[in-house]
Amino acid sequence: MAKRIDVKDLNIYYGKFHAVDGVTLSVPPRSVTAFIGPSGCGKSTVLRSLNRMHEVIPGARVEGDVLLDGQNIYASAVDPVQVRRTIGMVFQRPNPFPTMSIRDNVVAGLKLAGVRNKSQLDEVAERALRGANLWNEVKDRLNRPGGGLSGGQQQRLCIARAIAVRPDVLLMDEPCSALDPISTLAIEDLITELKKDYTIVIVTHNMQQAARVSDQTAFFNLAGVGQPGRLVEIDDTEKIFSNPTQKATEDYISGRFG
Amino acid sequence: MSESSATPTPAGASVDSGNTGVGGRVPSADTTPEGPISAQPVTGNKTKVRPGDRIFRGLTTGSGVLVVVLIGLIGLFLLVQAIPSIGLDQVNFLTSREWSTNDPANLRFGILDLLLVTVATSVVALVIAMPVSLGIALFLTQYAPPKLARPFAYAVDLLAAVPSIIFGLWGLYVLAPQLAPIASWLNDTLGFIPIFADGNVSSEIGGTIFTAGVVLGIMLLPIITSLTREVFQRTPVAQIEGALALGATRWEVIRTTVLPFGKAGYISASMLGLGRALGETIALTIILLAPSTTFGGSIFDGGATFASKIASASSEFNDPRSVGAYITAGLVLFLLTFLVNFAGRAIVSGKKEYR
Amino acid sequence: MTTATLDVNQPATPPAFQHLSTGRRVKNGIATALVWLAFLVAVIPLVWVLVSVLARGAHMVANADWWQQSLGGLLGDDVGGGVYHAIYGSLVQSLMCAVIAVPIGLLVAIYLVEYGRGRLAKATTFMVDILSGVPSIVAALFIYAMWITTLGFNRSGFAVSLALVLLMLPVVVRSSEDMLRLVPDELREASYALGIPKWKTIVKIVIPTALSGILTGIMLALARVMGETAPVLVLVGYSGYINYDLFSGEMASLPLLMNSERVSNPSPIGTDRIWGAALTLVIIIALFNLAATLLSRLVAPKKK
Repeated sequence: MAKRIDVKDLNIYYGKFHAVDGVTLSVPPRSVTAFIGPSGCGKSTVLRSLNRMHEVIPGARVEGDVLLDGQNIYASAVDPVQVRRTIGMVFQRPNPFPTMSIRDNVVAGLKLAGVRNKSQLDEVAERALRGANLWNEVKDRLNRPGGGLSGGQQQRLCIARAIAVRPDVLLMDEPCSALDPISTLAIEDLITELKKDYTIVIVTHNMQQAARVSDQTAFFNLAGVGQPGRLVEIDDTEKIFSNPTQKATEDYISGRFG
Repeated sequence: MSESSATPTPAGASVDSGNTGVGGRVPSADTTPEGPISAQPVTGNKTKVRPGDRIFRGLTTGSGVLVVVLIGLIGLFLLVQAIPSIGLDQVNFLTSREWSTNDPANLRFGILDLLLVTVATSVVALVIAMPVSLGIALFLTQYAPPKLARPFAYAVDLLAAVPSIIFGLWGLYVLAPQLAPIASWLNDTLGFIPIFADGNVSSEIGGTIFTAGVVLGIMLLPIITSLTREVFQRTPVAQIEGALALGATRWEVIRTTVLPFGKAGYISASMLGLGRALGETIALTIILLAPSTTFGGSIFDGGATFASKIASASSEFNDPRSVGAYITAGLVLFLLTFLVNFAGRAIVSGKKEYR
Repeated sequence: MTTATLDVNQPATPPAFQHLSTGRRVKNGIATALVWLAFLVAVIPLVWVLVSVLARGAHMVANADWWQQSLGGLLGDDVGGGVYHAIYGSLVQSLMCAVIAVPIGLLVAIYLVEYGRGRLAKATTFMVDILSGVPSIVAALFIYAMWITTLGFNRSGFAVSLALVLLMLPVVVRSSEDMLRLVPDELREASYALGIPKWKTIVKIVIPTALSGILTGIMLALARVMGETAPVLVLVGYSGYINYDLFSGEMASLPLLMNSERVSNPSPIGTDRIWGAALTLVIIIALFNLAATLLSRLVAPKKK
């Protein structure tokens, strides 16, 4: 299942605007990598480019390579739809499908891909919900709408939905920024558990969160106003937070800017 | 990241390729959703668009094109069938006031009278509908108690749901007798002004441009109101609060913020109302009597508009040459409404604040 | 009411503040009064029209025969008969119109919201606006010129349906477009991120989310075209008998029945029939509006 990601000299453009400049990094399998940095530094853009979600935005394009276990997801014969099936994503705000029940939300990815077998779907739903630590809370109301859950539960439902298609990698774009502290804790615990099976990349504004959940941390920054964002440094989380190589990283982490 | 930073991309960039699904190995994707991409060998370099996406994109885009083509077709078909009849016309079709199409060998038709009556009814309607609609829009956005604003707006919208044939019947048989005293008062007091002079229709029955205009005005109320209301609602709260903070009364707030902000929207809405008025058919066919008389310039005349002329002759559409005369009238009406609607839309679409 | 509204504008504790000049106060009062008056001016005709139709048509509609018989074989001054032939015509013509206009309209709306970029999208939006301003008589003449004169078909209920398509299409596009735009992009993204292709995302996620609003729009558009008179005048002949065949022969509809009684039957019986048919039309339109509300509640995404 879990795979490694290698990003090589990645440049991202929105039309003529150069958004991210020359990012190179590696994410080992079964680990959590956190992207931190000030707003607008391109960390979410890089995250989205890891499963070609940036292509949803008109005008966005990418130069460089993103290798999933050695295979370039930007190779011309690769279908972005399939890339996304392999590399799942969880968003900032919980976004369950409002017309579907909890169960249908979880198995939406499979159902829409043509899986009809009810017992298989039920099995997947339970497995994914257990995996997202949500099973015990919702097992008695699987046929109720997903919109009736609390924010934290909805976000775990979205995680269950993402892992139900058995991706190799899970990308999380500030998954806790819309949640209260208790729900945040639940998600963080879940991330630590999911690490056993998945390669996880998480964008966060919360440095304590990065320190708590991640194995390695990448610090992004803007080269200047109107300049593209770039990767300043990436290292073991412990090292980044205790003894960063770059001055900019230290300034950011100690709260001197950003 | 943010959508706003996205700008159009130069040609050749991978725009939308994620949406359209540029890429290969389609069939396996749907059958083995859990299959990792690397499990399948990359097969060559042929980029293949997902068939589902290609078909769907084609269908929707085709429908968009269809709408554009449709408008062109309307103009084209009307033009093609109008031209031969204009050629056969024994009088000038723009300036003549005659309309005789019974003898296809001797077509005599001119649109001048139709144009004058059409414009006259529309003007009467706008004179009534514009101030009232403005009032209603202000009422609904600024005055009505918030809880009641929605049901009140719904009531005004219901006016638009009443079919125009019912407005026509009501206008001639119910409203016109009630309007008779007002009409004769206007006629008596202001008769020296040509537009209020004696008309060619009995004022007791009331099948006049005046009655038609009043009914049409009522029919325009929901149309003009709804767009005006929409624009008024978008008046920036900061402006309103700014005026309030200066100690302005509610009317002063409206005059200094809501009206200047919404003016263009109101004018545009009135243009769209005008477009609707020019083309209104059955209500005017019912109300306007004496459709074959010459328009004398008074609102107490009867007559026929483009639309009512066509509608009342429609049961006798037999000879293509005669029909061509009516299609000519229809073409002129189409162009007229096209221009008015175009102008109306152009006014709002030029305003960025309304987005 | 006027004074109540004025009070809102008064400072909370008057003595401590500047006094409003009388002129300003009077102007404000006049404006308030005029604005309320304008609203009443709109409501009075609505109520008046409905009451008139009800008062003049109720005794016709109250008879069970009205709903079960046609006017076939009856003379202008024969009492009795009914309008089920016209109800049938109205419903079938509008339904056929919907069958054509709804899919096209929905596809256009999807194009504008999900795919439309650049010039074609702008042109389409603009043409939808123009189409919504095309007078019904012009739509009817266009179909006459195309379907009957050029293609050589006879007048029929189906020709009416085609003309109604032109009138219904822009309404369906506009309302569906608004509803599709209300669907948050987050849902689309969530779907793409699950590896669902764009077209499936639209069909299975976006449309179901917007469905309730789309259906409401369709029902209201349907109610609107049902009362259109100009197309039936031009494109189909009237018959007092029922005609089940949409594709050939004369076919009654409620507006057409009202108009032909108006034109050719000056007897009091004719007047009764006109108002009876008017009330029937109002009832059917009201039912469609009601159905629109119920349907939207039924289909709307549930919270709990």
